[in-house]
Amino acid sequence: MNKKLYIYGAISVLLAVAPFFLNAYWVDVLNMIGIYAILALSLNLIVGHAGLFNLGHAAFYAVGAYTAAILNTKFGIPILWLLPASALAAGLFALIIARPIIHLRGDYLCIATIGAGEIVRIALINDIFGITGGPNGIFGIARPVVFDFVIRRPHEFYYFIWLFVAVTIFFFRRLENSRFGRALNYLREDEVAAEGSGINTTHYKLGCFVLGAAWAGMAGDIFAAKMTIIAPESFNFWESVVMFAIVILGGSGSIPGVLLGSFLFVGLPEMFRDFADARMMIFGLAMIIMMIFRTQGILPPTPRTYPVEITEKARVHG
Amino acid sequence: MSLLTLKNLTKSFGGLMAVNDVSFDVEEGSIIGLIGPNGAGKTTVFNLITGNHRPDRGEIIFNGIHITGMLTHRIVSLGIGRTFQTIRLFQNLTALENVLAGRHARMKSGATGAMLRTPGQKREERDALASALRELSFVGLQEQANQLARNLSYGNQRLLEIARALATEPRLVILDEPASGMNEQETTLLIDLIRMIRDRKITILLIEHDMSLVMRACERIVVLEYGSKIAEGPPSAIKEDPKVIEAYLGTGD
Repeated sequence: MNKKLYIYGAISVLLAVAPFFLNAYWVDVLNMIGIYAILALSLNLIVGHAGLFNLGHAAFYAVGAYTAAILNTKFGIPILWLLPASALAAGLFALIIARPIIHLRGDYLCIATIGAGEIVRIALINDIFGITGGPNGIFGIARPVVFDFVIRRPHEFYYFIWLFVAVTIFFFRRLENSRFGRALNYLREDEVAAEGSGINTTHYKLGCFVLGAAWAGMAGDIFAAKMTIIAPESFNFWESVVMFAIVILGGSGSIPGVLLGSFLFVGLPEMFRDFADARMMIFGLAMIIMMIFRTQGILPPTPRTYPVEITEKARVHG
Repeated sequence: MSLLTLKNLTKSFGGLMAVNDVSFDVEEGSIIGLIGPNGAGKTTVFNLITGNHRPDRGEIIFNGIHITGMLTHRIVSLGIGRTFQTIRLFQNLTALENVLAGRHARMKSGATGAMLRTPGQKREERDALASALRELSFVGLQEQANQLARNLSYGNQRLLEIARALATEPRLVILDEPASGMNEQETTLLIDLIRMIRDRKITILLIEHDMSLVMRACERIVVLEYGSKIAEGPPSAIKEDPKVIEAYLGTGD
């Protein structure tokens, strides 16, 4: 247990000093890893913990990003203040689209979420309500400002993004070890038994969708602030696939697994840029081999343990 | 006073009449057995009571409340706990977490409370853990608290299901073939456990194939055949009932 703590501590220190040793390009790669980590952690609630196949997570990411972009460019509201607005919009959107499809099982739900994701992307391209800017998207999004300090350069963004990752880990770890987190696991393990144990399964399915979407919406806000320009192509089906693969490959339901997955999935292709086309082939092959030999992911979750003190055989009477 | 009343319950699946006009009462504090040959509709009756199926006709009244067609988790929170015929544990979670599932209905805190770890949420978690451990000890599985459910023996998995049902603080617990797959010794312990549950003022309704268990544990027995009730009474009367004997052994000719 202690060994783990040292490893996590060492990684945290390494991440904290990394920008001092890396050039802007690699810091920016780490920034993208951070954004994908937030997205994959949010998807992990839905896919990893509740076992609901969602291949349309990019839709919530997009709703968050566009909410922030539109409100910022049209009304000049600071982008950081829009974090709750992005979360709310994405969460609400998730509630609306998930409500009619939530009872679907496994592959059926998966197809429905792909459909929802595509609808969002195409709506954005078609300049829905005349506010999304069509295929060109929205540009001129303001930089985040913290007490008069403008976050602009990659290494400044680095600390902003990774602070958000840390906050996400902090909250999601607590969530995992709670009534809410357990309820999601029960419903993943056996929906009938969960309902039969007194768990409102529909409520929790919707709950994890809304919460996961809200978090992805905030990632969208951060992405918009970082890029200052967003377009529908940043939220296509492939993005949903990447998030999904990070969760499955890293370790469904495991925060360390999902983080590692983000590094491998976003970082490795950058490292092997020299191999040009071959890199994606090797990458694909690695994925196949992984899924054959380690179906539970690279770092699967360890079972929760509780402080159990058995004193005497306690017998309960009426 | 009767805790549970079934009135003219009817349910068919396609052309098959699974439950046909079944009525009976379950008195508070009693141990009732529901028996019948395979396919008699026993489990369907259970699934109707717990809201897994919706009856075509008839009504179910629990503790004065109409629960016909209510969602399962609502019925659980009103005070009906159950186990399943084929074990339905959360196999990849620990025994303790399986029992904590039963505590869920008696807890309140949500996602926000969990993320902020409010004092109320912490207290609730502590209490839930304590009562889950109590239920585990009650069925004798305290040593296995942190073992994964799938690593438990078959008999212990059955006991774990009972502990999970008891953790919901039921007034009525429904056991679907609790002794199936248990050996002689485990069955005897199970009968003791059933009586201990009754001593906690929890009413018990059980389906069982093991006749010796039913005759020893139950105070009253309801017999189903082809979805209809054919007899009801104390074990001694049921044993002598010609219709029951015919249903189980067939007629001479």
